[in-house]
Amino acid sequence: MNYNWNWGIFWDQTPDATGTYFASLMSGLQVTILLALVAWIIAFVLGSVIGIMRTLPSRWPVMIGNAYIELFRNIPLLVQLFIWFFVVPELLPGEFGAWVKQLRNGPFIAAMLGLGFYMSSRVAGQVTAGINALPKGQRMAGTAIGLTTWQTYRYILLPLAYRIIFPPLTSEFLNTIKNTAPALTIGVLELTAQARSMQEFSFQVFEAFTAAAGIYLLLSAVVTIGMRMIEKRLVIPGFNVGK
Amino acid sequence: MKRLFLLGGMIAAAFATQASAQELTGTLKKIKDTGAITIGFRDSSVPFSYLDDNQKPVGFAMDICYKIVDAVKKELKLDKLEVKLNPVTSATRIPLIANGTVDLECGSTTNNVDRQKQVGFTNTHFLTASRFVSKKTAKLDKIDDLKGKSVVSTSGTTNIKQLTEVNAARNLGINIIPAKDHAEAFLMVETDRAAAFVMDDILLASLAAGARDPNAYAISKDAFSKPEPYGIMLRKGDDAFKKVADAATAALYTSPEGAKIYEKWFTQKIPPKGLNLNVPMGPEQTKAFAKPSDSADPDAYL
Repeated sequence: MNYNWNWGIFWDQTPDATGTYFASLMSGLQVTILLALVAWIIAFVLGSVIGIMRTLPSRWPVMIGNAYIELFRNIPLLVQLFIWFFVVPELLPGEFGAWVKQLRNGPFIAAMLGLGFYMSSRVAGQVTAGINALPKGQRMAGTAIGLTTWQTYRYILLPLAYRIIFPPLTSEFLNTIKNTAPALTIGVLELTAQARSMQEFSFQVFEAFTAAAGIYLLLSAVVTIGMRMIEKRLVIPGFNVGK
Repeated sequence: MKRLFLLGGMIAAAFATQASAQELTGTLKKIKDTGAITIGFRDSSVPFSYLDDNQKPVGFAMDICYKIVDAVKKELKLDKLEVKLNPVTSATRIPLIANGTVDLECGSTTNNVDRQKQVGFTNTHFLTASRFVSKKTAKLDKIDDLKGKSVVSTSGTTNIKQLTEVNAARNLGINIIPAKDHAEAFLMVETDRAAAFVMDDILLASLAAGARDPNAYAISKDAFSKPEPYGIMLRKGDDAFKKVADAATAALYTSPEGAKIYEKWFTQKIPPKGLNLNVPMGPEQTKAFAKPSDSADPDAYL
């Protein structure tokens, strides 16, 4: 291979004179983390609502929940991001649409919504599975002692279900972090985008993407270790179905 | 005495064969051994290198590359030279040149000093300056007209850097939006997300020519930069191959054929949609063709 390795490149100034390449990767990392966190909040809240709806006794919430999941889970994330960024603003009425299009953080907001909704369908699947994994008796017992449906969920089903699905939720969170990368296609300057722009400027492509890969690995390691620690504290002895 | 001559002759002959063996190193040797040369093309760098309606790569840079291929064939005295075509993107062009997959990258790659640390370039085939495109109705023609407006440029390009610098230097308060690629950036002007798009003028010309209403757009006279050279990329340090490529391109540019190929792609209808970019050869380009150079310094072309 005829390639001129230069690992010192990270300390060189970028041509747009905003700092070193390392600094631009770090700013990309910041955007990645921020985007992942906000999207995760949306995914978790919405996913929980939809997931719970699918376990309710009546028919309509179940159907709506199923339709939601099929819609958001089966369209590729990339396509969803494009829809949020390019199509949705066109559908908004005149003035409002123009205002949305000129938002300074437009790409970030579109990515946040797109990723949040996409991941929420996956979280919903986990939440439903967690609740359905509980013995039927739990729900009946709740009804028997006179709790309303809401109370049964609040005090019995959900605390147990969330503990069961905690490990798969960790991996969904890791997926959320990884899935921030397609956001570069709508102009969010996250980690992968910064690595790309670094290789465009300097032509040091291997260094750029090696650094990005390393940073993603490190970030995942931090999250995994953190979640493991929380997981241990949440265990109810004798009640962890997965183990 | 006779013997000495004989010896001298033998030594000379030995050197001569060694010399001819030495000539074949790097890319030339690889081409001779495999009987094939690989050209890297871009799929949408109109009119330099892009796919026509038969999914076949065509373009200004492609025409030039085929001239280099002819020269290589002649240099190696081959009867037949297979041309392999390999698509490249801005992210893959360096690895593919470096690992030997692609021998010539024929597209719209700017030749600059940073990049020359990594690859070599043959003679400049095009000069482009950073300008902006906007809707005619917006009546923007000077850089100062962009004051306080939203202006888009493609992230990771030198153009966005120039825009940032001008914005700071002239205190224009421009809201600079980075876009992921040229198509998206142009779309932002088309959909009024941004008032203008700063980019290499030739790319702006091709984007405007391909727009729904090509006449609705104007490219500024005012430029953000000196003309920057585009070059055909090859492996760094392969002097023998570069010599062949330089000689072939120099011969092409200085002959009337150079101007003819230029006109074919820049002032006439081009496939697949019959668009006409309407970019006649300017004084810098004329000079770059008259005196072929592989310099990365914009001042060398003024």
